Amino acid sequence: MSSVAPRLALDAIKRHYGPVIALDGAALHVAPGEVHALLGENGAGKSTLMKIAYGLEQPDSGTLRVDGTTVTIRSPRAAMAFGIGMVQQHFALVDAMTVAENVALGGSAHLDLRATAQRIRAISADSGLPIDPGAMVRDLPVGAQQRVEIIKALARDARTLILDEPTAVLAPQEAAELLAWTRRFAEGGGTVVLIAHKLREVLRVADRVTVLRRGRTVFTARAAEVTEVTLADAMLGEAERSPVIGVVSDNRPAMSDANAVLVLSDVTVRDDGGVVRLRGATVSVRAGEIIGVAAIEGSGQRELLRVMAGRLQPTTGRATVPTEVGFVPEDRHRDALVLDATLTENVALRGAATRRGILPWASLERDTTALMASRDVRARDATAVIRTLSGGNQQKLVLGRELAGSPSALVVENPTRGLDIRATGDVHAALRGARAGGTAVVIYSSDLDEILALANRVIVVAGGTVHEVGMDRDQVGRAMLAAGS
Amino acid sequence: MSRVIRAIAEPVSAGVLSLGMLAALLAVSGYPVGEALAALWRGAFGSWSVLASGTLVRATPLLFAGLAVSVAFRAGILNIGAEGQLLMGATAAAAVAVTLPASAGVVGLLLALVAGVLAGGAWASVAGVLRQRFGVLEVISTIMLNVVALHVTGLLVRGPLQEPTRTFPQSALLDAALRLPRLLPGTRLHAGVAVAVVCALGLAWFLRTTAPGFRLRMTGANPRAAASAGRIDVARVSLLAFVASGALAGLGGAVEVTGVTFALYENLSPGYGYTAIAVALLARLNPVSAIGSALVFGALEAGASAMQRDAQVPAGMVGVVEAGVILVLVASEWVGRRAGRGGPLNRGGTPRSDPAGPSDTEPPSPTSAPQLSAT
Repeated sequence: MSSVAPRLALDAIKRHYGPVIALDGAALHVAPGEVHALLGENGAGKSTLMKIAYGLEQPDSGTLRVDGTTVTIRSPRAAMAFGIGMVQQHFALVDAMTVAENVALGGSAHLDLRATAQRIRAISADSGLPIDPGAMVRDLPVGAQQRVEIIKALARDARTLILDEPTAVLAPQEAAELLAWTRRFAEGGGTVVLIAHKLREVLRVADRVTVLRRGRTVFTARAAEVTEVTLADAMLGEAERSPVIGVVSDNRPAMSDANAVLVLSDVTVRDDGGVVRLRGATVSVRAGEIIGVAAIEGSGQRELLRVMAGRLQPTTGRATVPTEVGFVPEDRHRDALVLDATLTENVALRGAATRRGILPWASLERDTTALMASRDVRARDATAVIRTLSGGNQQKLVLGRELAGSPSALVVENPTRGLDIRATGDVHAALRGARAGGTAVVIYSSDLDEILALANRVIVVAGGTVHEVGMDRDQVGRAMLAAGS
Repeated sequence: MSRVIRAIAEPVSAGVLSLGMLAALLAVSGYPVGEALAALWRGAFGSWSVLASGTLVRATPLLFAGLAVSVAFRAGILNIGAEGQLLMGATAAAAVAVTLPASAGVVGLLLALVAGVLAGGAWASVAGVLRQRFGVLEVISTIMLNVVALHVTGLLVRGPLQEPTRTFPQSALLDAALRLPRLLPGTRLHAGVAVAVVCALGLAWFLRTTAPGFRLRMTGANPRAAASAGRIDVARVSLLAFVASGALAGLGGAVEVTGVTFALYENLSPGYGYTAIAVALLARLNPVSAIGSALVFGALEAGASAMQRDAQVPAGMVGVVEAGVILVLVASEWVGRRAGRGGPLNRGGTPRSDPAGPSDTEPPSPTSAPQLSAT
């Protein structure tokens, strides 16, 4: 430890939610002027620990020090007073307000939008975060909304920024820019705590790394002294290291000659407001291949996937989609699961539209129990309420449901978002298994590495048009940005 | 097992709770607590005759309307219009019954009941179509339609449906052949109570085991997932739920006319459709539990008139208590949600093939339907 008092020090922090122990003596020391990465699997306690530092949660016990002084932080307002700001995963912005109004919101009682806009321009220029104070938040892309959140914190004189998985919502180039920005912010005297899960990213940008596992701090070191393997070991425990770390393209089976099972020809989709979201898309997916879809958020990939999954009718053009196509949407809580229903009921949901008469509950429950065993879904039993399951287990159930009966096509959207390394490995294995079984698989992921690791071919959606590109990181990246404007 | 106990325990505890509240209210207002409660008890359960003619007769329309509210809420529809749907059901049934000759007999009675079902369903479908076509909130439209229904009835009993002497704002009396049969001689207890109980059991079975019932529950619990993962036509399911809800309330109105009042008049319902919301909430939207909660409220209403008569306590006092019970229910849901459990509205029946399964956790529950309290 250096002689300088840590900017932020949390020690022996405990926090439980009912019977669940979220933090069990976690510690984190962040030196002034560093980018400190906080790593851990889902549920390791990263977000909880940082919410405690930001005053959103109170610890059961433990100490919190800012610049060497022991403090109690009861609210985000109190955290702000210590110069601590946080950008959470889900932004706290009012869509129907301008950037300036959002920044002014929750500030001093006196509202002076002109002064606020001035201040935003000054901060924007100083920090190198381009933003238009007069823009409506709902019109901004995700990356810009994130900048608004950061500027909000800076406008309240935050010198320490906690960023909760900031790159999860960004395209690769945007993510790289944000990470480069955190370095500059730190070099200018600021301090950054970066909650992250992409190990490669972390090693590139962080000065130091702390790893949480099951609510305890298990590892802390200078980033220069560790490798991806060391970090993965620390996150998972030595015995459980996943083979997906440091993803390398695996040996893919040769592309089959089977006929295309999922065909879109010249498909155009307009949204309810008449705006063209997808223009003249022509794609065909063959049995036994995985097609990767790469796109910056909002490029029309959402509509493309839903047309491919038979969930959206094209405005013009033709989509040939097998009736039993499986679909794993990105937001499983909203679109894939009924959280207050049982596992059995959630499995029964697939095909519920065409069933008649009395449902065969006993056999549905047997099917669900079998599915739990084959997909390693951990729950009390098939009558458990799905809300009580971890995200990984919920996703494995969704995937298992959609793959039941070996559908000829499967469309998945960000299938591993929010999952820990182990669950991610299980999902990837299931997708490869489906391909081996002859299913035509379409995967969209905002993580380009994930696409490149799984896909046989890659198509890029940019500005509503679809192109096929080579399996090359740079080529895909360039195509994603092209035509986007 | 625990579910059965719960289905009985909850209405009972609500009954005890409301009696406690009533006692406190009486004491504060300076009424003789013991005397008033004794009168209430006598009026609700004092003899077989008051139980049958008072409590059970009052509980019947409450059960019909309570089921109507339950099925709507389980589908994610906040139907506050059971009152108007019940009234339209009563109006249609009366119109059919006074038009038919006495010789129509049982067939005529059935036709009147069917007319009530259709009219209630049609009245609710207005709100359903308004919601689907124009995005009109059903909370608003159903309340508005209650007022319209009241005036339509008022108009009819002063116009086309007025009794032959043209003196009173009510319809002619139904011929005895077109009335529901009495279950207990010497009391007002009619066959409608049995119909209501059959409807409750049938609705529970429908929701729990059948495919359309499952679609309805899933649509109510998460319409987006129902549409995306289940590929369910949620607009259609919602509209059907509106109609089913209105039909149950309409049947309640038809039963009231053919079993109790034997004539149509404006103030046929003393707010059954509103009290039904409390009936449904107390039953956690479970149709079987609704039988118990309809009894609790039926007893309170029957007892209230006895209390007014014998102890000079205004019957409105009971209305205050009923509202209090609703507030307690909504608050307990909120507390439950804060504690990380599903609130009362988030529970209900579900298929379980292992009756001996762990009973510490609440059986799942497909409804998260309407959330009545803010999070």
